[in-house]
Amino acid sequence: MAKVEKCSCGNDEEGLLNRLEEIIISFKEKPGALIPVLQATQSLFGYIPQEAILKISEILNEPLQKVYGVITFYSFFSLKPRGKYLIRVCLGTACYVQGANEILTALKQQLSIEIGETSPDKLFTLDVGRCFGACGLAPIIMVNDDVHQWVKPNDVKKIISSYKNKKEVKQEEAKNGY
Amino acid sequence: MDINAHMHFVKSTEELQTLCSSLLNSKEYNSEKVYICAGGGCIASGSMKVKDAFVSHLASNGLNEKLDIMETGCLGPCAIGPVVVIGKDDTFYQKVRAQDVKEIVEQHLIGGKVVENLLHLVDEQKVSKKSELPFFKNQDKKVLRNCGKINPTKIADYIAAGGYQALSKVLSGMTSEQVVQEVSMSGLRGRGGAGFPTGTKWSFARKSQDIEKYILCNADEGDPGAFMDRSILEGDPHSIIEGMAIGAYAIGSSVGYVYVRAEYPLAIERLQIAIDQAQEFGLIGKNILGTGFNFELEIRKGSGAFVCGEETALITSIEGNRGEPRPRPPFPAEKGLWNKPTVLNNVETFSNIPLLINQGGAVFAETGTEKSKGTKIFALAGTVKISGLVEVPVGTPLRKLVYDIGGGISTNKKYKAAQIGGPSGGCIPAEHLDVPLDYESLNKLGAIMGSGGLIVMDESSCMVDVARFFLEFVQDESCGKCVPCREGTARMKQIVDRICEGKGEMKDIDELEKLASTVTNASLCGLGQTAPNPVLSTLRHFKEEYIEHIRDKKCRTAVCKELIVFEILDACNGCQACKKVCPVEAIHGEKKQAHIINTDLCIRCGLCLSTCKFDAIVKY
Repeated sequence: MAKVEKCSCGNDEEGLLNRLEEIIISFKEKPGALIPVLQATQSLFGYIPQEAILKISEILNEPLQKVYGVITFYSFFSLKPRGKYLIRVCLGTACYVQGANEILTALKQQLSIEIGETSPDKLFTLDVGRCFGACGLAPIIMVNDDVHQWVKPNDVKKIISSYKNKKEVKQEEAKNGY
Repeated sequence: MDINAHMHFVKSTEELQTLCSSLLNSKEYNSEKVYICAGGGCIASGSMKVKDAFVSHLASNGLNEKLDIMETGCLGPCAIGPVVVIGKDDTFYQKVRAQDVKEIVEQHLIGGKVVENLLHLVDEQKVSKKSELPFFKNQDKKVLRNCGKINPTKIADYIAAGGYQALSKVLSGMTSEQVVQEVSMSGLRGRGGAGFPTGTKWSFARKSQDIEKYILCNADEGDPGAFMDRSILEGDPHSIIEGMAIGAYAIGSSVGYVYVRAEYPLAIERLQIAIDQAQEFGLIGKNILGTGFNFELEIRKGSGAFVCGEETALITSIEGNRGEPRPRPPFPAEKGLWNKPTVLNNVETFSNIPLLINQGGAVFAETGTEKSKGTKIFALAGTVKISGLVEVPVGTPLRKLVYDIGGGISTNKKYKAAQIGGPSGGCIPAEHLDVPLDYESLNKLGAIMGSGGLIVMDESSCMVDVARFFLEFVQDESCGKCVPCREGTARMKQIVDRICEGKGEMKDIDELEKLASTVTNASLCGLGQTAPNPVLSTLRHFKEEYIEHIRDKKCRTAVCKELIVFEILDACNGCQACKKVCPVEAIHGEKKQAHIINTDLCIRCGLCLSTCKFDAIVKY
C-alpha cells in the first residue's frame, strides 16, 4: 500500500478511513448495502484499499471473500490506485465502426501504457468502456466525466496535453496560495 | 404571479388539478421561450456555454424579463448539436456556438430576421422551422413528448405539461385490477428487448398474496449503441417515477428501485433531483394525494457489469452480490428481489404508462401493428447524416428511419447493413431495408427489436469483423457462471479471430453454427442465449464475406489487419516521410525516388498511409 503523508486536512489515508467508517455505519441498516458502500469507497479513495476492505467486512458483517468477490466482479471497482485522470475509450458499436480502435492504439502509444495501466507520473489510467450512450458523437473518449467527441487519432496528443497543462496550472495556483 | 407561491405539498387530487391550472395561467408558462438542448450529447458539444451566452446577451439587451431560457432534455439530433429552438416561430438552429448567440439575439429575437447560416440544410435548401425538418416531421413523439419541451430538473414543468395526472386518475378512481386491465388492453410490450406483454407481467405479480412486493426499473442500458433510456432519464425523469408509482399501485407494492448504470452520471443526478422533488410535493412517499397509497423510490447505481441488465442478475446485484443470473423459473413475478414478488420493467416501458393511462388502453393500441402497439424509440447512430434519438410507431420501415429521418448515409459510400438489438441482435442488409420495425418481422430476419440501438454501417464495415466485435464484447461481459456462455463464446471468438487473420478453414463455418446452437440452447440467461446472434445473422446475410476471408484470404473492406496489403504507387516523389515513420523499417527507397514496402516486414500499422501527403500509398 502506498504510504500517504499525514496532513491536518483529514484527507490522508487515516482521515479517509475514519470518514469511510461513518459512511459504512450510515448504510448499515440498508438492505443490500455492500455495493453502495463499495461505490462510496471507490470515489473516496479513487480505489479500494485493503484496510477499507477489512473495515467494510467487519462493520457490515460480510465475509472477506464475499467483499473481494463483489469487488472483482464489477469493472468500476479497482484494487489498485488509479491515475488522476481516468481515460476511457468507448468501444461500443457506434464508436467501434467509426474507428475507436485506432484512437486506443494512439493513446497507448502516446502514454506508453496498456489498458488498465497507469502512467508513471500517476496522471493517467487507460481503460476501455462499453458505450457511454453518446453514440451520436462517435467516436468518443471520456476523461473522468468529460466527453470528447469525434476524436481522431491525431487529436489524442492535444487532449492529453490539455490535461497535463491543467495539472501545471493547479500546481501554480497552489504555489500562489490559492 | 410568483411561481414559487404554487410550490407546496400536494394533499389531494383536486389540489393537483388546481396546481396545474394555476401554473398554466402563470406568467412563466405564458412567456416566450428559447429552448436550449441540455441533453448529454449537446452538453458535450458545448450547449452550456451557449446558454451562458444567451443569459448575458438577453440581459444586456433588456430581454431577460420577456424571454425565458429553457434548458431541455434531448431534442434528438445529437450529431448537429448544440441545438437551439426559438419558441415564438419554431426556428431550429444547429451547431450553435457561444459566439453565434449575439447574432441570434440581435438579428432574430430583436430584428425578427432568421440567422441563415445556422439553419439546417435539406437537399441544399435551408429549412428554418423545426416542424418542417424531415428529422422531426417523420417522427411521432409520444414517449418523448416532454423531451425538449420541459426542464427536467423542474417538477412544475412536468406538472404543467399534465404530469402526475395519470397517477391521480389511478389513485382516485381505479382499482388495481382495472389498471392492469388497461395496460393489458393497450398491448404494450416490454421495451427492454424481449417484448413480453407488460400487462401479463403485472397481473402475475398482482395476483400474488405476498404483502411485500417490489417494483424495479431497469435503467442499466448496456447495449452498445443504445441511449434511449439515458435520454428519458435525463430529459423526462418524472415520467418514469409516475409510471413506476402506477405500476406499484397496480401490483400492490410500496417500494421501488431504479437500477441505473454508473456510466450515466448526468442521468443519475437528474433522476435524483426528480425523486427529491416528487417527495417534496408528496407525489411519492406516504399517503400520496391523500389516498392512503404509499410508495418509496430509491436509486441503486450499477458498477459496470453488462450482465446486470439481465433481470435476475440485476436483482442479485441490488441484493449486494456479484451480479450473476439465477435460473428461471421461479420468475421474478413470483420470487424476485429478496425472494418477494417483483416486477421489473425497462425505462421506456414505464415512461409509456402515464400516457397509456391518460388516453386509455384502447386509444394507445391504435398506434403500431397488430401484434406490437405504441411507438418505439430508437438510438440512431453510425454512418447516417443525423444520428440521434428518434421515436416512430412500431412497424415503421427501417428505410424511413435511415433515409427520411436520418437523412441517409453520411459518407460517399452505400448502405451496407444496420445492426439492431446490440450484442443480442443482428444485421439487416440492404435488400431488407423495407422491413417493418416490429418484434416479429425482425425475428424472422434473425435480428431482434432489442432495446432500440440501431447502428447504420456503410460499405467500409467488414461484417466478419462486426461479428468478432460482438463476440469480444459478450466474451468480456460473460459473468462466467455457466459453461456454455463462458467457454462457448470464447471458442467462437477463437474461430472468428482465426478467420479474420486469414487462417480460417471452410469447416470453421459449420463449427461456428454448431457452437452457436449449443450456446443458444444451453446458456443460463439471456446474455448467453442470444450471444451467437450477431454471428448467425452475419453468416446468414453476408456469408460470402466469410468465404472471401477463408478462401481468398481477402477482406474486401480492408478492415481485418492481417489481410491488408499496403502499396506505394508511382505517384511517390520520394519525400521519405513514410520511411521515417515506419516503426519496423519496412519501407525502402532513395530520396526523390519512388519507395517500396516490404510486405513481409510490414506490420500494417497504417502510419505511412496517414503520413503521406501525396496520396501515393493505398491499402486494399
